[in-house]
Order: sequence, then structure tokens, then C-alpha cells
Amino acid sequence: MSFINKPKVRHPDLPKNPIGLTRRDYEGAMSTLCAGCGHDSVTASIIEAIWGLGLRPEQLAKFSGIGCSSKTTAYFASGAHGFNGVHGRMPSVVTGANAANKDLYCIGVSGDGDSLSIGFGQFAHAIRRNVNMLYLCENNGVYGLTKGQFSASADIGTKSKKGEENLQAPVDPCLAALSLGGTFIARSFSGDKEQLVPLIQAGLMHKGFAMIDVISPCVTFNDHVGSTKSYTFTREHYHEAVHADFIPPRQEITATYAEGEALPVEMHDGSRIVLRKLDSSYDPTHRGKAFEYLRTKLRRGEHVTGLIYCASSGPDMHAMSGTTDVPLNQLPYETLHPGAAGLAKVLKRYA
Amino acid sequence: MAQPARTQDRVNDFVIKLANVNGTGSASANTLLMKSIFRMGVPVMGKNYFPSNIQGLPTWYEIRVTRDGYVARSGRVDLMVAMNAETYQKDVREVSPGGFLIFDSTWPRSTLLAREDITILGVPLARICNENFVGVRNRILMKNIMYAGVLAALLEIDLEVIRQLLTESYSKKPALVDANMKAVQLGHDYAKANLPCPLALCVERMDRTKGHVMIDGNTAAALGCVYAGATVAPWYPITPSTSLMDAFKSFCQKLRVDPETGKGRFAVIQAEDELSAIGMVLGANWNGARAFTATSGPGISLMNEFIGLGYYAEIPAVIFDVQRVGPSTGMPTRTQQCDLMLCAYASHGDTKHVLLFPSNPEECFYMAVQAFDLAERLQTPVFVLSDLDIGMNDWMCPELRWDDAYRPDRGKVLSREDLEALPKFHRYLDKDDDGVPYRTIPGVSARGAYFTRGSGHNQYGGYTEDAIEYQVVVDRLARKFKRARTMVPAPVIEATGTSSIGLVTIGSSRGAVNEARDILAKRGIPIDYMRIKAFPFTREVESFMASHEKIFVVEQNRDAQLRALLTLETDVPKTKLHSILHYNGLPMTSQGIVETVLAELGDAKRAAAGA
Repeated sequence: MSFINKPKVRHPDLPKNPIGLTRRDYEGAMSTLCAGCGHDSVTASIIEAIWGLGLRPEQLAKFSGIGCSSKTTAYFASGAHGFNGVHGRMPSVVTGANAANKDLYCIGVSGDGDSLSIGFGQFAHAIRRNVNMLYLCENNGVYGLTKGQFSASADIGTKSKKGEENLQAPVDPCLAALSLGGTFIARSFSGDKEQLVPLIQAGLMHKGFAMIDVISPCVTFNDHVGSTKSYTFTREHYHEAVHADFIPPRQEITATYAEGEALPVEMHDGSRIVLRKLDSSYDPTHRGKAFEYLRTKLRRGEHVTGLIYCASSGPDMHAMSGTTDVPLNQLPYETLHPGAAGLAKVLKRYA
Repeated sequence: MAQPARTQDRVNDFVIKLANVNGTGSASANTLLMKSIFRMGVPVMGKNYFPSNIQGLPTWYEIRVTRDGYVARSGRVDLMVAMNAETYQKDVREVSPGGFLIFDSTWPRSTLLAREDITILGVPLARICNENFVGVRNRILMKNIMYAGVLAALLEIDLEVIRQLLTESYSKKPALVDANMKAVQLGHDYAKANLPCPLALCVERMDRTKGHVMIDGNTAAALGCVYAGATVAPWYPITPSTSLMDAFKSFCQKLRVDPETGKGRFAVIQAEDELSAIGMVLGANWNGARAFTATSGPGISLMNEFIGLGYYAEIPAVIFDVQRVGPSTGMPTRTQQCDLMLCAYASHGDTKHVLLFPSNPEECFYMAVQAFDLAERLQTPVFVLSDLDIGMNDWMCPELRWDDAYRPDRGKVLSREDLEALPKFHRYLDKDDDGVPYRTIPGVSARGAYFTRGSGHNQYGGYTEDAIEYQVVVDRLARKFKRARTMVPAPVIEATGTSSIGLVTIGSSRGAVNEARDILAKRGIPIDYMRIKAFPFTREVESFMASHEKIFVVEQNRDAQLRALLTLETDVPKTKLHSILHYNGLPMTSQGIVETVLAELGDAKRAAAGA
């Protein structure tokens, strides 16, 4: 970790977003993760993404469980409330928070241990409920805080730092999310900010559960030869299938896309994602084909990245339960009960 | 057959027990009978003993007709309706001497099952049913309704009251009113023609139920949550708490759906397990909604980790624990008061929680509202410890009342304006020196942002592993809990001022304790009484125990958990406290209490009392 505090003085010419804030306004506490940790790059991408979206920090809420990944939420957006819960149970806290106030943008940051082992149940059921949130799984295939045990995402044949070989089948969060009905499923790499930033923006604006599996190498326990989640291995086996560009509402599409390559997807708030297919055979709007594509590539040892699957429609938890448009935590108390006169009426059948 | 002379002392004072098979619609017949007696102005108590099963196992229902308004079981069975061939032998044995037994005489019974000291009355229920109704399912249902007619004749229950109740329950299906009434009439007419009607036990109109309702505790608690303004209700189904959430949802669907948009001002979320349910409760409360969950012992066990987070990170939460028999899966459809210790110190590390002990459905309603206020004022999880007996049985209670002037006490929550006036917000700083810090709701202002965590934190809300900083926060939490003593409801105390003997109890044991006191008082042994309504124990609890020499602690668990909690959390010497324990899963009777008190008081007292 770094021991030098960030300077308090800010350069007057720092670029500002549409609401007049600089990137510095979206920073958080200083990271205590290891120098070179992939998670810190993810943090930088998150800051870039939310700065670019022009959200006020208090419109966000940050959630995490336990583990190295879960520390991330302290390192960005100090103007947003944060909630560091218990191991593997972040999704339930977000579900409750989102139930109380549907207008809050919820970002959950988890890891492979937190999501795919102890928290696999909550991960799965938050997807099923289509809770409106961005879920980042910082995936490094290893338990860092407890010093290097395999996690549930460790590939068969990968070697631990001590040389032990993993023989158990890995859980792939993208395949899992696809089969559970996830409505926004992406994979990226902590080292690819260009790909990750628009994915985070699109995921935040997606109305429903947006999952981004971010391969985020552990420099201390899983960056050696023989590991399939090292920087080197990831760069070599990285297969970007679909690049997503995020276009905010009212902004024109300025980038040029080759014929037949661009696929614009309209979001609920008027923003758009333009999907640029790098592999023309791929269809990111077809769940079955996406699943098959991922499996085929995985068998060849390739990690498909980009926006793997996106369903622009589909009810989120609130739509499914038919809650009012006004957030539940802002309803006037008087509208929640029928008073003394109403009670007498209710009690009639018990008399 | 010899029939005892009709004596005044059995009128409106007897117990009916109905033995049946679950899944046959007997519940409707039993409720109909009980409600009819209630509508005739006579106090009743009803207890349902049902199996953890959907269909085909034995089930019993006990109705105590009690002109004195006692709410506990008496331990007697004066009239058994033995509808279940499988349990017949046992049911015959259970009838108190001089009592009556009614059985379905369509098929012959072995003479071995006869008893000389009771009157056995046969009614060919199945035969009459088969002659008058079509369809297997219908015949089974109507056979049960028919015994209600038989009892109406034997006990002089007003048929018009029964008709009125049927009309109310089937207001949308008038055909069912006629079919049910036909069965009632058939039973009634058969009994009139063939049985010695009325029996010495019978019902006479009184005026003692006016202004009262018959309601179960789970329904009343749910109604309390509606009135408390709770909007988020995550839960996982578990007996015997399920009906609380069912009732909440159904009240919300009636009272909180916008007629124009069809959208609801509530979110009932069925979670994947109890861990998730409590996580959602914390997330919602943290985000400014009033949220609660309902569960039972096994659910609390699963929720422990999050409960500790709620305590340490100071997040309000309301948890209804409708207690059932433990340990482990135990007996899910039987009652106990066995989660006191589990809830008082739930979760690892140093934790203590506020507990409320409702004693009947009426208190479930009021305490539900109190629980939310306490949770938000103290910023901590609050438990409402009901039990299966309160939660799932219909109790006669004074009509619930509501004060329209009530406003939720949200505790110390800073608004955007408050935050703008502050130089800097610190989440866990004891600014008012009362142990309770200020909190902020997400989305209101960036100035109120802080990081909620279950890991070590200092009073400013920052992460810490510093020895002193850690201790500052946990010591304040201890002060906060001490202060809770001044906020929770005080005990109910009934003292003569002269007795040196006290009876202490909680929750649903109240009924049996009150009746035992009456019995003992009649025998010349007046005993003072304290019913504790909350933990932490208030000053009144301490002084009651200090001012009595011998204290009986009555509770429904094996290990004397209330007594243990009293010895841990007050200055009372252990030797003063004598346990009276009941833990077989059935609701308590006064009998055991009377016997233990008499035995403990020794020969001198007993002789004086003529026991």
C-alpha cells in the first residue's frame, strides 16, 4: 500500500463533468491494498465512470462484503454512503436498501470468494430478483486476506503460490448469471480501463441486476507462472467479443462504427449502449447463444470479455412487486395506515 | 344413563376438546363453535394442537368456556368430541371424571373403550352425512360442521348466532351458508331427539365479551407493523411465524394499494433464507425505511451474524421471534419460551439486545409499534418475543385502539438542513452524552456520508484497529444499553404490600400465573406478582425482587432462562429465585404452579391453607 497522502490542493484546471465536479470529488480514502493490486485499477475505472456520468456522490450507495475486494468501496466516492456488511451477504443488504429507496444508484463490490463460495446463494437470488444494482465481482481466483487459498473461481490445473494444483471445477460467474436469468452480464479485466469504464456506466444505468466479472490479478498470491489469473496469463487469453460504448441521454453518437458492426441498445433513461461486435458471429442479445459461445471459448482456454449479454427490458424487483413510484422511505406516514377509524373497520371481522 | 343434576357451577365453566384429523376442515367447525360462544357474551379460550403436517395426522382443539375470563388451559376435559378413530383410546382416557364423550356411532366401538365414570354419547355423524350430502370431500367437511350442531343442542348454543357467523364468513358464497347450516341443523335435530339435551355443562348468555375481539397474536402484530409505518418486510417462511407475514401482506393489499395506479406502498420480500431476510431488514432500515422480519428460533440461529452487525454498526431493526419448541428443529407446532438467552445475547462478541415480551395478541399490536420506536431511538435491533400459543391461537382481548396523534419516533436522524449547519458529521460521536449518536440516511446529502461497517471503527466512523478508539465505541454501546432501561416498558406489578412471596413471569405464562394466584389467594396464600415486559430489566424489576424474600419464576423452558437472565443482569441473589418450569410444548396450566408453590412453601403454610 501507499503511505503518501493525496494532496489536498487541487489543480484549478482539472476537467469538470456536467455538474461541475472533478474526478477528485469522486475519490475515497487511500487504498490499503497491495501495490499493483488489480482492485485499485478497478477503483480508478469506477471513479472515471461515475465522474463521467455526472451523478452527485450522494445519489450513489456503495456495498460490499468481506475480503480484499470488499475494501474497494472505501476507496471511491467518499460523498456516498457505504456499507461493508458480512461475508457473502452484500446482495441482501443491497436488496433491502433498494427496496427502501429505488432512486439510489447501488454499486456492490464483491470478490470471487465473497460471491461464488460463501455468498453464492445471495448472488444467485439477487440475480433472480433482478435487483436494480451494479454488481462488480473482482475475480482473482484466490483468497488474499487469508494468504492464498484457492477460491471457487480457480481454474482446473491452476497452481497456487506454494505449487499446489487445483483439481475442482471452477464456478464461472458469467455462465452462472446467464443461467439464472441475469439481464446484464459482462466480463472485463482490471487492466483494460477503456473496456471497463463504459461497462460500469452502462451497468449502473441498466435497470436491473448488472453483473461485471472483472478479472483482477492478485499481485501477491496469484501472479506467478502456473496461475491462470495472473496478469500475463490474462493478457494472453483475453478475448474481447463485444465492446460496449456508453452514450448518455441526449448525446449524439459521434464515434464511427463499421457497417453491420454497431448494435445500439436503448436504456430505460434514454441513454444507449452501442455494442461493437468484434466477433461478427456473436449475438449478445441471445441468452442461449451467449452461453454456448462462452463455453466454447472457455474450452479453448479463452476468457470472453465485453458485454456478454444484455436484455434491455425485463422487470426489476420493484416492477415485479408493484411498489409505488415514490421511494418507500419517502412515503408520508399518514399514507401508510387508515387511522383509528380504519382500525375499527378492520377489527369488525374479529368481533 | 345417569345424568348428573344440572348445577349452576358448570354453566359457562367447562372445557370442550375436539379430537380430529388435520386437513379435514375441522378448524372451521371449531372456530365456529368458539366464536358462537364468544358472540353469546361468554368469555372463551381456544387452543389448537396441530401436527407439523399437511393432512392426515391427529389434531386437537380445546375450547375453554370461562365465565371468569381465564385465558389459560384448566387442565380438565369436560366434553370430548372424539372424531379420530386413531386417537380414540387416548381421547377416552383424557376425559375428566363426570365428563362426556361424543363419538361417531356409524360404526360400532369396542366395549373395551368404555368408561364407567363418564357419559358416552353416540351420534351417527357419517351416516347422516352420507344420507344428506354428495361427494367425498363435502361429506368429510360437513361431518365436522355437523358436530357443531350436535354441540349447539347439547350446550344450548344459539343457532341464530351460528347462522350469523356462517353468513359473515361466506358472504361471497351464499350457497355455502345454506349447506353448512343444513349440516348444523341435522346435527342439532338428531341431538335434540336422541340425546339428553341440555347437558349440565352449558352456555348461558352473558355480557362479558362486549368491546372485545378474538384475534391471534400474529395477526395483531402484523396490524401493529402496518400502524407503525413499516414498509419493507423481508422474511423466510417458518412455523409458527408465517401467518404474521401473511397477515401483513394481506393488510397491506387492503390498506396500502393506490386504487388509481394499483401500486403498493409496501414491499414484502420472500428471501432465500433467514440470513438474507435479516440482511435485507438491515439494508432497508439503514436506508431509512421501517423494516422488520418475522421468524422463529431456527431463523434467529441463522441470523446471528447479521444481528451482531446491526448491534455494532447501530442499525435499527425489528425482529419478531414467534417461539416454538427447540432445540434444533424441535417441535415446530408446539409452544415454548425458549429463545430468551438466544436473543438477549445474539451473535458473537459482546452484544446485548432489547427484548419485548408480549403476553397476548393485544400486546403484540402495541409492542410492535413500540419496537419500531425503540429500534430507531436506540439505533439497534429489537426483538419481540412472542410464541406459538400467542401467535397462532385466537385470544379474547379488549378491542385494539389507535391514537391518531401518534407519529413514529425516528430517533436522531439528521436532515439535509441539519447537515449543512454542521461543520462536520461524525457517525458514532456521543454528542448528547446519552449513548445514542446521530445517523444520516443515504441519498440526503454528501455531507452526511459515512461508512457503515462491522469491522472496528472509531467514534468518527473511521476504520480502526486502535485499542483505545475501539474501546471508546464499545463502552458507549454499553452505556446506550443501560439507557435503554429507561425507555423500555416497565413491568406490571400487583402487590398487596404485605406478601413476602412473589411470582415473576413473562409473556404467555401470564394466564396460568394469574389463575394460580387466584386459586392460592382463595386458599389464604396471597402472592405478589410481577410480569416483566422487557429486557434490559428496568429499575422496577430490581426493586420488586429486592422487596420480596421468596420469588417464584414461572417460565416455559427447561433451563430457567428468565431466572438465569435475572441472576446475570440484576443484583438478586440466586437463592431467592425458585423456578417453576413447564416445557412439554403445550400451553401452561395453573395446576403446576399451584402445586409447586404449595410444596415449596412447606408444611406450615400448606396446613394453614388447608391443602
